Amino acid sequence: MTGPRRPRAAASASLMLLAALSLSACTAADAGTEPTSGAAVAPQTVTVLAAASLTDVFTEIADDFEAAHPGVKVSLSFAGSSTLAEQVLEGAPADVLATANGATMAQVADQIGTDPQIFATNTLTIAVPSGDPAGIGGLADLTRDDVRLVVCAPQVPCGAATQKVADAEGVTLSPVSEESNVTDVLGKVASGEADAGIVYVTDLARADGVEQVALDGADAAVNLYPITSLPGGDGRPTSLADAFVQAVLSDAGQAVLARAGFGAP
Amino acid sequence: MLPRRLVPLAAIGALLVLIPLIALASRVDWASFWPLVTSEASLASLLLSLRTATIAAALCLLLGVPLGVALHRARFRGASFARAVVLAPLVLPPVVGGLALLYAFGRRGLLGGTLEAFGVEIAFTTAAVVMAQTFVALPFMVLAVESALSSRTGRHEAIAATLGARPWTVFRRVTLPALGPALATGTVLAFARAVGEFGATLTFAGSLQGVTRTAPLEIYLAREADPGAAVALGVVLVVVAIVVVGATFRRAAAG
Repeated sequence: MTGPRRPRAAASASLMLLAALSLSACTAADAGTEPTSGAAVAPQTVTVLAAASLTDVFTEIADDFEAAHPGVKVSLSFAGSSTLAEQVLEGAPADVLATANGATMAQVADQIGTDPQIFATNTLTIAVPSGDPAGIGGLADLTRDDVRLVVCAPQVPCGAATQKVADAEGVTLSPVSEESNVTDVLGKVASGEADAGIVYVTDLARADGVEQVALDGADAAVNLYPITSLPGGDGRPTSLADAFVQAVLSDAGQAVLARAGFGAP
Repeated sequence: MLPRRLVPLAAIGALLVLIPLIALASRVDWASFWPLVTSEASLASLLLSLRTATIAAALCLLLGVPLGVALHRARFRGASFARAVVLAPLVLPPVVGGLALLYAFGRRGLLGGTLEAFGVEIAFTTAAVVMAQTFVALPFMVLAVESALSSRTGRHEAIAATLGARPWTVFRRVTLPALGPALATGTVLAFARAVGEFGATLTFAGSLQGVTRTAPLEIYLAREADPGAAVALGVVLVVVAIVVVGATFRRAAAG
């Protein structure tokens, strides 16, 4: 910046103005996704909120979607499913929502009236540090006194699923830590702090420093991934939002999901 | 007198802090507030937080005072660099602090093998929580001690020395009493920072009820299943923070 020096008050005021302008620019971009604005040259944007476990696959599907729809930009935002649901219900401008569990999606669907569809499934497995230093052979080994086990807390979806599998197999787990998300479970296993953790197959597929051990009874808790387009300002989803949902459900989208370890709906 | 042109900006600044806190309070379901904050999980986390933060504040007092004095007296080359390093946890992203602790004291960390040989395992224990809290809170004590020392001329210490007092006696009888108010402020701020510690605990200590799940971790977890409980517990922490910092400032204003 080579402009004349201004008093500090003016500088901070212009900073706030700039912030306000960029905020309204976002809104304008969202309005641009309406099919009526055909004359506008501004790029159209589809804002997609997706569960963190979908990071890799949705990035790939979004790239393909952008290639197939010139002039369209897919804006991706990844976080925990409940965080995303909270954001949508608090009015975050979003066109598509994909969560990692049905209950969270049902909460959103009930309040704003959408029709979610299941697009993928996922099952649990055991993660151990590379080389499996504690010699974990399966679920029974996780109850050994000398094994430091880390799981998701029962309050979060992966923890509820873990509980379900343990109950189905008649096993009582006594973890040294109950984490709030899979990433923290994986982190503690990969760093060797924990001897074993319970995570989803797809989480393990994209982690370094960990190996997979099959989890007996994993079929007791198959996780469903729902997706939905969200109503915009006029109360209806944009056609681009619907198109993105269809892209995820399409054969090409399903192939990307399958490569990452997700099961078919 | 407050210059008039500062008034609007001061007001915006105040509102930026005030409005979110009011918004938080507005979401509390006051009818169920008491049951929510006295549930087993909430109480366990609050008691653990108070216990660990008290120990952490005491450790900050024990370690931070000598460190603050040492940094104040340091006259070697790179002394200001050493000061910056000691104060770094103040501005580090919390998760970075947690990773640093993990890489130092974790099982495969720098000292982990040595510690394990002595039968000491830190991760997933309450000790790990205290270490994380002390790590992030220590700079508050160091800063309090340093700035208090900087405002002293050192004349009294010099006089005591000419009267034949040894350095330890001078420190104990002259410097330490004069530092009293600063130590109180530093301890209280360190305690408040320890109560609010989140990221380093999450990364380094884990999260198990009654062992490592402090109130901030319980809030983070409760958000998933019971947002009402998260808000209620959050308000309790806001009140603790305001009371603690308020007590400090009243003391500072009076002193």
